[in-house]
Amino acid sequence: MVELEPIIGRYLTLSIAGRDHRIYFEEAGQGTPLVCLHTAGAHSSQFRHLMCDPAVTDRFRVMAFDLPWHGKSTPPPGWQDEEYLLTSDFYVAAVIAFLDALELDKPVVMGCSMGGRVVIRLAVEHSQRMQAVIGLEGSDRPAPWYDNSWTDHPDFVNGDFCVGLVSGLCAPQSPDEFRWETLWHYYQGGTGVFKGDMHFFRTDSDYTANSADIDTALCPVYLMTGEYDYSCTPEATIRTADRIPGAEAIIMKEVGHFPMSENPTAFRAYLLPVLDSIQART
Amino acid sequence: MIEQLASKVNANPALVRRGRRLSIEFLIEIGERAFHVTVEQGRIAGVEEGPFIMRAWSFAIRAPEAVWEKFWQPHPDPGFQDIFAMNRFGHCRVEGDINILLCHLRYVKDVLATPRRPRIGDNSDG
Repeated sequence: MVELEPIIGRYLTLSIAGRDHRIYFEEAGQGTPLVCLHTAGAHSSQFRHLMCDPAVTDRFRVMAFDLPWHGKSTPPPGWQDEEYLLTSDFYVAAVIAFLDALELDKPVVMGCSMGGRVVIRLAVEHSQRMQAVIGLEGSDRPAPWYDNSWTDHPDFVNGDFCVGLVSGLCAPQSPDEFRWETLWHYYQGGTGVFKGDMHFFRTDSDYTANSADIDTALCPVYLMTGEYDYSCTPEATIRTADRIPGAEAIIMKEVGHFPMSENPTAFRAYLLPVLDSIQART
Repeated sequence: MIEQLASKVNANPALVRRGRRLSIEFLIEIGERAFHVTVEQGRIAGVEEGPFIMRAWSFAIRAPEAVWEKFWQPHPDPGFQDIFAMNRFGHCRVEGDINILLCHLRYVKDVLATPRRPRIGDNSDG
């Protein structure tokens, strides 16, 4: 008898910003909902290790959905004539629609990279709804580190380029198997989707004017960043935490921009105490 | 380390295959020393040390010797693990025809990192 992983995948249709989107999500475990948001141009498989870790799933219902245009979620009808551009409003609406549809009570929301950015706005505007937010490789301010005006040029519209672009964001210490699986997610991305996500990440997600308003007594904020991340640097994370009274910044050794997928063993050593801390506050 | 570039790349079939559509000349500067690298269909056809007078190249990657030493460590320090990291933090300069560099970014990055490891093809890259 083969051993099946505990992860179960389902589909549902969410109305986001007045338009129906067929969404894929997967989950494992029982307990407090822990909703995970993937990075730009990738999908929910980034969280597969977390979903197979009994130290997490014994007490958390770990869930991750693919944003529209990502992974197994379908782009909306008519997509073939559209330019995909992720906005801050749409991203927040998508997360809230997911929480509403599945009637998730006081979830912990944990996002990575652009997901680590959007949790800041979620905490600003929806702190009553959430038990805590965890921003992985997250900050409250865009800090573009390369010119991306050419990234929709036909010469670059292929997965190899995206992989080349982000490959150095993995820490050298991360196991080859998981580093390359992480990069495979970038090979899988649809044409133009990474750039569309960058619209949010680079130009439509400066939350510095409001991040200090977060009531961390109501919704604790944890910001966890790998020391090898040069997209969201440890310094950017610490500056963000400094702006949010009560926020905690944790810099992870020998980890890069994709902690949960590039080095799950190193990541869990940092994450489990954070989950303990969140549970201890309730 | 640069002296091993051609032999190590050419001994790595997976890397040569990745660059099979690329024939190009580029420049690596290690401090004051310039190295002109010729790629022919993914193989390193030559690495020639300057000085050069009006030698053509598509793009150049320039950094002090101490930076390349850090870059080629098995586990480089944060900020030195990747040419884009080094570029962001001002440790190196990436100049010239960025278009061709980006078109073959994974290949070029793997070539530059080759002195770091015995053979890239020995891991899951293959």
